[in-house]
Amino acid sequence: MILSFMILLPVVAALVVATLPGGDEERAGRARVVALATTLVEFVLGIWLWTQFDQTTSAFQFTENLPLFAPFLNWSLGIDGIALMLIELSVFLMPLCILASWVAVKKRVPEYMAAFLLMESLMIGTFAARDMFLFYLFFEGGLIPMFLIIGIWGGARRIYASYKFFLYTLLGSVLMLVAMLWMVNFAGSADIGVLSRTDFPKEAQFWLFLAFFASFAVKMPMWPVHTWLPDAHVEAPTAGSVILAGVLLKLGGYGFIRFSLPMFPDASAQLIWLVFGLSMVAVVYTSLVALVQQDMKKLIAYSSVAHMAFVTGGLFALNTQGIEGAMVMMLSHGLVSGALFLCVGVIYDRLHTREIGRYGGLADTMPKYALVLLFFTMASVGLPATSGFVAEFLVLLGMYQTSTWATFVLTTGIILGAAYMLWLYARVAYGKAAGDDTRAMPDLDAREIAILAPIILATLWMGIYPKSFQAPMKPAIAEVVARLEGRELATVPTDMTVSRTLAPALPAIAAPAHAAESHH
Amino acid sequence: MHPIFTSIAIAGPETVLTLGSLAALMLGTFSGKGKALTVTSLFAVAILALAGFTLLDAPAGITRAFDGLYVADDFSAFLKVIILAAAAASVLLALPWLNESGSGRFEYPVLLLLATLGMTIMVSANDLLTLYVGLELAALPSYVLAAFHRQDDRSAEAGLKYFVLGALASGILLYGVTLIYGFSGSTQLDVIAGVVSGQTERSIGLLFGIVFILSGLAFKVSAVPFHMWTPDVYEGAPTPVAAFFSAAPKAAALGLLARVLVVAFPGKIAADWQQILIFIAIASMVLGAVAAVAQTNIKRLLAYSSIANIGFALVGLTPGTPAGISALLFYVTVYVAMTLGSFLVVLQLRRPDGSPVETMADFAGLSKTQPKLAAALAIFMFSLAGIPPLLGFWPKFAVFQAAIASGLIALALIGFVASVIAAFYYLRLIKIMYFDEPAVPLATEGSAVNGAMIAACALFCSPIGMLAISPLVAATARAAAALFPA
Repeated sequence: MILSFMILLPVVAALVVATLPGGDEERAGRARVVALATTLVEFVLGIWLWTQFDQTTSAFQFTENLPLFAPFLNWSLGIDGIALMLIELSVFLMPLCILASWVAVKKRVPEYMAAFLLMESLMIGTFAARDMFLFYLFFEGGLIPMFLIIGIWGGARRIYASYKFFLYTLLGSVLMLVAMLWMVNFAGSADIGVLSRTDFPKEAQFWLFLAFFASFAVKMPMWPVHTWLPDAHVEAPTAGSVILAGVLLKLGGYGFIRFSLPMFPDASAQLIWLVFGLSMVAVVYTSLVALVQQDMKKLIAYSSVAHMAFVTGGLFALNTQGIEGAMVMMLSHGLVSGALFLCVGVIYDRLHTREIGRYGGLADTMPKYALVLLFFTMASVGLPATSGFVAEFLVLLGMYQTSTWATFVLTTGIILGAAYMLWLYARVAYGKAAGDDTRAMPDLDAREIAILAPIILATLWMGIYPKSFQAPMKPAIAEVVARLEGRELATVPTDMTVSRTLAPALPAIAAPAHAAESHH
Repeated sequence: MHPIFTSIAIAGPETVLTLGSLAALMLGTFSGKGKALTVTSLFAVAILALAGFTLLDAPAGITRAFDGLYVADDFSAFLKVIILAAAAASVLLALPWLNESGSGRFEYPVLLLLATLGMTIMVSANDLLTLYVGLELAALPSYVLAAFHRQDDRSAEAGLKYFVLGALASGILLYGVTLIYGFSGSTQLDVIAGVVSGQTERSIGLLFGIVFILSGLAFKVSAVPFHMWTPDVYEGAPTPVAAFFSAAPKAAALGLLARVLVVAFPGKIAADWQQILIFIAIASMVLGAVAAVAQTNIKRLLAYSSIANIGFALVGLTPGTPAGISALLFYVTVYVAMTLGSFLVVLQLRRPDGSPVETMADFAGLSKTQPKLAAALAIFMFSLAGIPPLLGFWPKFAVFQAAIASGLIALALIGFVASVIAAFYYLRLIKIMYFDEPAVPLATEGSAVNGAMIAACALFCSPIGMLAISPLVAATARAAAALFPA
């Protein structure tokens, strides 16, 4: 019931917020309070979920199954470690987003808060869905609030950006829906657990993989379908960018690990070259593009594309280190890029421009801010002791076993990443202030520190003791890897060990044992 | 009892509607000038409700009447419920508009009752001639309704255009009926089915007959390439009439089409009409989506939207399986709610000078001036665009599920891509309402009845409506099974 409650609570709160009585000012004030209270309750529930979570099993936990919408879909929920950590990320960022919009959003506050609460509900639902169509429902439903958030509260080119965001992602998703319909027709069940153990025919896997790829690659976003992201980020309000970078981009990676890898293991192995190729191009190309950006948000948006390429690279290393690294990268990127967008928001609220050239010398005039920005710049670059280092290290370690060349190219991405992030920092924080208005900007206030401090702590924690975050995910990832290797072995001549030859015949039963044998 | 009385008892809704429409005519004539419209309208709603009640104690299974000309089964009962409900809504929603526009004549509900009678006959037709009678009975009052606002040139033009093209379509259909009669020796659907399944070689004559019948019926459902009348008639006809056209007649004609194709032409010949349907469905989905992008008039937009929706509904008919027919019926049900809801919102809004809204630009900033109506219209638009979790997604899901189960994967792919294009113009209306600044503040009609109907439709199309999926799909599955006697 806890998952249903976590999904439905924000919806109820959104309805309350949207129908509050009173004048404009009163409604705005109440909406802020209700939204913050709701997201804090969600956060507490999320922590409770973590403490109750059994870290030793890969099975879905907190399961619920109600045939509410039969025969189309069931209200079937449950989480494994992967879903748990992404839910934690969502509930952690959400109150911070509400706080970040506390004064920055002035028009139509109740509607804004309602849209964010709906967003939270849909995100938790996406990660908690155990029925494939329920997943699709939440996955696609997220488009509506995000469309409105960008379109109503965004910047100058908000309408163009909102359309681009909506239609791009919708087109990718409908291809996935066709594939889902075919799969459910083939397997006779829409349960994700059952589908993950179904052996789809090889030729079909190829096309199914591509259909899912179309959707997840757009969400991710991977080069060359990433172009919606900079537009959407630049035009979205600060909190919208945080949610977009922090959680929505994770939907693509989550989709790969939940669907593409376990359901189409043959096609995944067959199409490594495609994913690696796109990832390599993405890392180098978008890093170079990021170097020449004049707009801070655009720069961070392009850096997101580069970081997401690490995620796809790690996932398609198809081994434990790679996939774990990809997961940590998603969590780390959620924190760090979310925080970077918040940092941009802080100075945008003061000067109302995102142009890098309008800033400078902030290390003198806003020392606290400069320190925080430096921390997140370093985390983004992947300095040891921050979460970014753990993620990049694991991804490269995993990828090295699969392709040294791809690893080499991605490593250059780290160097380029350091270049554009440090250059950004130098232009913003060092040198001379661009004008009197820049010099007159006040330093961080208590609210802003309260928003950024928790993210700093989380980033450090993940960087120094990543085991807290990895432990819940290990069994689930081990199962994915077992599934992948079991399938790979099916094509290899079978003069291997006995337990391995058994694996393809009895994937469901043999998988955990097999994983334990080969990775510990 | 004489068989004729048994037959009349079986055809309960039609009997009630026939007598009721005659009584309504009297009532309208003899009630006072000022309140004739209101009285007749309320009476008409009562008649429609009564016709619905007669469906309650209809015998289970398939019952034939009038020597097999007429059939009452779960399929016809399901569609009749939708038709009667849509007709009742169309009577009610027109009241404020008619009173205001000076066309407040009591013939409106009477003509609507007669057209409804024709539609109920259509969905119960088990014979090509009953079909034709029903179709014409539905069409003739519709021509008059299209021209109901007779002082207005556009309304007269719409009526004339609809009449000329409709008559042509009827002629084509009738020609198809004669061909089928000539090559099968019967006009009764189940007898034709027997002849068709007995044939070893493909009969070109029958095929021509099917093509002509399909053309005639494609006109009635406004499927491409027989859709040209739709935008003009929707634009010219009084808005409540356009609302009526977009709902009940579509349900009736789709039901009729399903029955004729599935019952009379099963087996091998199905592959032939499937090809035609695939073309019509794809053309409707794509043209409905692409042509709507350039529209500025809200009624024309909704006209193209209905063309596209008919295309999606026909995807459900294409496989010719029980699952497909069930999906078609589900589609029709949800579509009727979405389209009636959209038209209701349009009807509910007024420009400051009291004139009805016409262009999409009128809706600018509606979310600030009329937040509730804007929210309802946004629900209808997202629902028509087929974005989950709104209910409008699930009928699309159902028809494509049926298509994929029958191996029509390319059809599903094209359909989904068309739905993305269509999403663009539904989004445009949302953009105008939510992202743009208000130009002229619109007032509401203030009709409580219409407001309640909007609320009901919006609730049904919202995610809450998903709770209706289970019972609704159970009902459509039962109705669809009636077309496939074991």
